[in-house]
Amino acid sequence: MSRDSAASAPGEPGNRQGRPVSPSGRTSRFGRLIDGGLVLQDGVQGSPVLRLFTRWVRRPLLPVMRLWRRNIQLRVVAATLVMSLGVVLLLGFVVIGQVRNGLLDAKEKAAQIQATGGFKVAQENTANSQGAGGGGAANGDLGKRNAGLWRSEMVTQLSSGGQSAFHVVALAAGSDAGPGRAPRASGYVVGLKSVPNELRKQVDRGDGAYQSFSRIVYTESGPDPVAGLVIGKRMTDINNDPYQLYYLFPLTQEEKSLSLVKGTLATAGLFVVVLLGAIAWLVVRQVVTPVRMAAGIAERLSAGRLQERMKVTGEDDIARLGEAFNKMAQNLQLKIQQLEDLSRMQRRFVSDVSHELRTPLTTVRMAADVIHEARVDFDPVTARSAELLADQLDRFESLLADLLEISRFDAGAAALEAEPTDLRDVVRRVVGGAEPLAEAKGGRIRMVGDEQPVVAEADARRVERVLRNLVVNAVEHGDGKDVIVRLGAAGGAVAVAVRDYGVGLKPGEATRVFNRFWRADPARARTTGGTGLGLSIALEDARLHGGWLQAWGEPGGGSQFRLTLPRTADEALRGSPIPLEPEDSRRNRGLHEAGLAGGAQGKQATVPAQPVTERGRVAVPPTPSSLRVTSPSADPTALPGSGARVVPRQVGSPEGPRGGSAIGGPASERAGEPATEAVTGPSAEPATEVATEPAAEAAAESTAITVTEPAAEAATEPTAIAATEPTAEAAAEPASAPAPTTTPALTTTPAPTTSRQPQVEAQPGAQAAPAPAEEESTRGR
Amino acid sequence: MMSVMKGRVLVVDDDTALAEMLGIVLRGEGFEPSFVADGDKALAAFRETKPDLVLLDLMLPGRDGIEVCRLIRAESGVPIVMLTAKSDTVDVVVGLESGADDYIVKPFKPKELVARIRARLRRSEEPAPEQLAIGDLVIDVAGHSVKRDGQSIALTPLEFDLLVALARKPWQVFTREVLLEQVWGYRHAADTRLVNVHVQRLRSKVEKDPERPEIVVTVRGVGYKAGPS
Repeated sequence: MSRDSAASAPGEPGNRQGRPVSPSGRTSRFGRLIDGGLVLQDGVQGSPVLRLFTRWVRRPLLPVMRLWRRNIQLRVVAATLVMSLGVVLLLGFVVIGQVRNGLLDAKEKAAQIQATGGFKVAQENTANSQGAGGGGAANGDLGKRNAGLWRSEMVTQLSSGGQSAFHVVALAAGSDAGPGRAPRASGYVVGLKSVPNELRKQVDRGDGAYQSFSRIVYTESGPDPVAGLVIGKRMTDINNDPYQLYYLFPLTQEEKSLSLVKGTLATAGLFVVVLLGAIAWLVVRQVVTPVRMAAGIAERLSAGRLQERMKVTGEDDIARLGEAFNKMAQNLQLKIQQLEDLSRMQRRFVSDVSHELRTPLTTVRMAADVIHEARVDFDPVTARSAELLADQLDRFESLLADLLEISRFDAGAAALEAEPTDLRDVVRRVVGGAEPLAEAKGGRIRMVGDEQPVVAEADARRVERVLRNLVVNAVEHGDGKDVIVRLGAAGGAVAVAVRDYGVGLKPGEATRVFNRFWRADPARARTTGGTGLGLSIALEDARLHGGWLQAWGEPGGGSQFRLTLPRTADEALRGSPIPLEPEDSRRNRGLHEAGLAGGAQGKQATVPAQPVTERGRVAVPPTPSSLRVTSPSADPTALPGSGARVVPRQVGSPEGPRGGSAIGGPASERAGEPATEAVTGPSAEPATEVATEPAAEAAAESTAITVTEPAAEAATEPTAIAATEPTAEAAAEPASAPAPTTTPALTTTPAPTTSRQPQVEAQPGAQAAPAPAEEESTRGR
Repeated sequence: MMSVMKGRVLVVDDDTALAEMLGIVLRGEGFEPSFVADGDKALAAFRETKPDLVLLDLMLPGRDGIEVCRLIRAESGVPIVMLTAKSDTVDVVVGLESGADDYIVKPFKPKELVARIRARLRRSEEPAPEQLAIGDLVIDVAGHSVKRDGQSIALTPLEFDLLVALARKPWQVFTREVLLEQVWGYRHAADTRLVNVHVQRLRSKVEKDPERPEIVVTVRGVGYKAGPS
């Protein structure tokens, strides 16, 4: 029982569940005690309650903490206050200590002189009394009484010298306090309490005078106890019995002086601290105000108010900051002005060219049509010429139109007229328009996923143009097989994917399809028509929406083009509702057939090492030549394994700085993924749609390219920035660190500042883009 | 019906080759073209020839096409089709706002042009006597007049058609595409900006407060419908 009670007492702190006891700080015994305490409380679990409490405590502090973090002035003032308080305290202690020592030294000396004199007087007094008393020693009883009387008299006599300056106490030697040997004391002093025992023992043992500091206690009628100096010596009384004589010097005066000094110092210190704080506040304000002003103006500048300038007064550093800032703003404004002028000029030029070209072209066009109408009356050669003339005029026209459209994009003159649009309507229109062509080719166009409305803020005209392009391309390259148009909506995004089963894309082609004037097959290209600008324009249209246009394809297995748009125009895309690689891709089918059984252990499989070395191998021969080099260092089909291999992927596109293809996004995907997802490919569950994508992109025979908004150029690692470097190297780099744990490191590095609206031109483009990839890959886990 | 279609067309274009080519095509389709190459002379020519339709190039020496369009529109509701080399939104909208009924972007095919012209000329030739009400407006379809409290409101034929199309089915919400087909006669969806601009112009004439329309009501995300009568 006693153990229990003993335990409960120190356990009490534990009962106060709110006390933030750090788990590491409590010993095991203490922990057990706390647990014991908690058990008493119906077994309330400690940690959640603690957490709740800390949260409860922290919540009201949050604004304060935020202010603390954000306000440098506050921090400087607080630091100044704390430090000056420390200095003042230290100073105070030192000064007070010295003053006290000085006072006490003086007092001590005076007291010793006084006491020595007193002791001498007492000794003489004893001698005199002994002489007068004769052989009083014989009569013991009387002698004792006399001695008591004598002692009282002597104390009174001795103390009469200084009324309040000192008191005199006579105590019996040793601890024996027989009759007549009771303590005598002057001035209401309680002798036994006032003289410390240590001192009494010392005095008993030695011959000299001993001193000690003590508290002088008075009887109830006397004053309050005060600190004092006690000097004592062993004496002998008239009976030659030893007794102790003490001089007690109250330090009242000294204490008064000391407290006066203390009070003065405290007042001065307080003033100093407060004044220092105020000074710090003023000084910091002088520096911080211009900095804050600069920050505000910089914000306004970046918001587009280019004429904002700082006020510059004086010639100090702040003024220099202001001048430099203003110069920077001036230069910025100038450059932006120049760019705007340039853009305006280009737009103007395009507009003029457009007009100047189009008017004669109209005449030619009409003339050609008239001739074409009348060709039945001509001889065969002329008739054929008329046909060619009309056909090529069509091509010329669409080429001109596309060129003008592209240059409009380049000039930044394209404007988005977004309004809520049901993409199903757009898709239906497009499919309806392309159906005759599909029938001529012998296939059909099927729509999937159009049961639910797929609404997004989009420019229907542009989206229709993009989709028409994709569908017509799919039909033309679809070898007469069916084309599937799939719609999807999830999260903040909608997507349309156009799948064909034609010749597909060779590795590396998936980026290049978006290049201007790129043709899949130079040999046959000219017969299929098209301007070679369609997908470039489609890409620009997608970018204008803040969306993605991406291509996937495998040789002989067809291709899929996916358009992803944010649901609201100003939202950033984080993922796509439709995986880029279709589920019926050759790799995915392979996984379904062969991989499902092994899928379970696939995650633990020790395969990772293999692809890593493979990838390392791919990386070895870096061919830093032209963009077109795809570093196909190994025939995909010749490589072992589940097909996880580096996909030669183009980084960047020849569209110049704005051409934003291939990218941080995929780079980080592959950087993070390969070791786990892609390598253990079979385990990638197709159930989570998006999850399959990263894996898909690393697939061997397929080429997957992400072409996204310009910001996407951001490279998660330096190598990816260099557009001329073969991607394999970029991809291989992370893989050379074999641990799958490279994922966090790589995926978290990008996007330190996720700007909400990518400012297309100026931005270095390091932001935002990796986010989708990261999202997708993390969701896949 | 055919007689109406074979109308007089005034071609205002400074490019002589194009004008001549237009003449050839129009004559081939049975129209009677007349030509003027200068913006300053366009109005005089218009008054003189009293065409059934005006083909107007936007870029003209002298007064530009927009100005000419405004002047013609000020005194007549005759259909005006703009020829423009610019398909930029701003140019097209400015042209439409100045009073053009339709526009066609160069280079165009002769058939396309003729189809547009025919669509503009194909008026409901023999309309049955019909009274429609929309809001507080009374529409006399046969008499081609719109009245509010006995006060008639002048509308161009296109605006009138637009209003009638909406008023005939006040319960129906018309998408821009449907209106394009019914009023402009486009088979395939064309530029819906046509509809937007003309609805604005119609509103400025028939609404008491164009900012808060009661006659032609916008159904957000879908299109337009007639206000309750």
